[in-house]
Amino acid sequence: MKTNDVILQTTTKLVFFIIFLFSIHIFFAGHYTPGGGFVGGLLTTGAIVLLLLAFDLKTVQKALPFNFTIVTGIGLLLALGTAAGSIFFNVPFFTHAFDDFTLPLFGTTSLHTAMIFDAGVYLVVVGAAVTMIQTIGGDA
Amino acid sequence: MSVIVLANILIVLTIVVGIVFTIVTVIGVIRLPDVYTRAHAASKSATLGVLSILLGVFFHFWLKEGHFSIQLLLAIAFLFITSPIGGHLMSRAAYISGVKPTKLTVGDDFAEVIKQAKLKNPPTHQKED
Repeated sequence: MKTNDVILQTTTKLVFFIIFLFSIHIFFAGHYTPGGGFVGGLLTTGAIVLLLLAFDLKTVQKALPFNFTIVTGIGLLLALGTAAGSIFFNVPFFTHAFDDFTLPLFGTTSLHTAMIFDAGVYLVVVGAAVTMIQTIGGDA
Repeated sequence: MSVIVLANILIVLTIVVGIVFTIVTVIGVIRLPDVYTRAHAASKSATLGVLSILLGVFFHFWLKEGHFSIQLLLAIAFLFITSPIGGHLMSRAAYISGVKPTKLTVGDDFAEVIKQAKLKNPPTHQKED
């Protein structure tokens, strides 16, 4: 029996963006307040799972045309690249650096290489979790 | 009365209202006769209770600690959108899977709709061997 999902789908279209923006906020807030790459990645996965529940597996794959195994790979490369980059400056592996920059819109911002590592963690978590759920949910 | 006293009254009032509504929810879930009336109690008054408690926390941090927490406002909006939808989905899932409403029910329009829909495209069950 085909059910009428219009309430769930309309709510999902709105709520997805609230969860996604909150996950981005959690990701960037990780250095000074609770949060970071792992929780941000899990929240983004939760938003994608909500889409998968409200819509079809095929529809979501068309809306988000990423191969999530490759997303995991990019995340691992980012993390490894951040760690390996420090060797070129004659400091031990995994040494981070930061400095204050004056950006056009944000004013003086302190940028830290740990954020690139965190972006790697974020991508690995999103890629791995979404791959698990898509492969369990799908037929192939 | 000073501003501090007014702020305290506002905070205490919103949090007490929230707690009272939460207790009313629990009593409703225990006392009401079937799934649908319980879903009615749980989704309505629990939403208002939690929203009121969050509003009290928001006022506390804003008026007394000077911290304007946008996350609490976001949580209020989010719960206000999602928790009635949760109640709706759960009670509809209960109805479609065959939970009967209480004997006191007088009208049941949804039964006819479900019957028509099942005639039009019958439920696809997996083969039982």
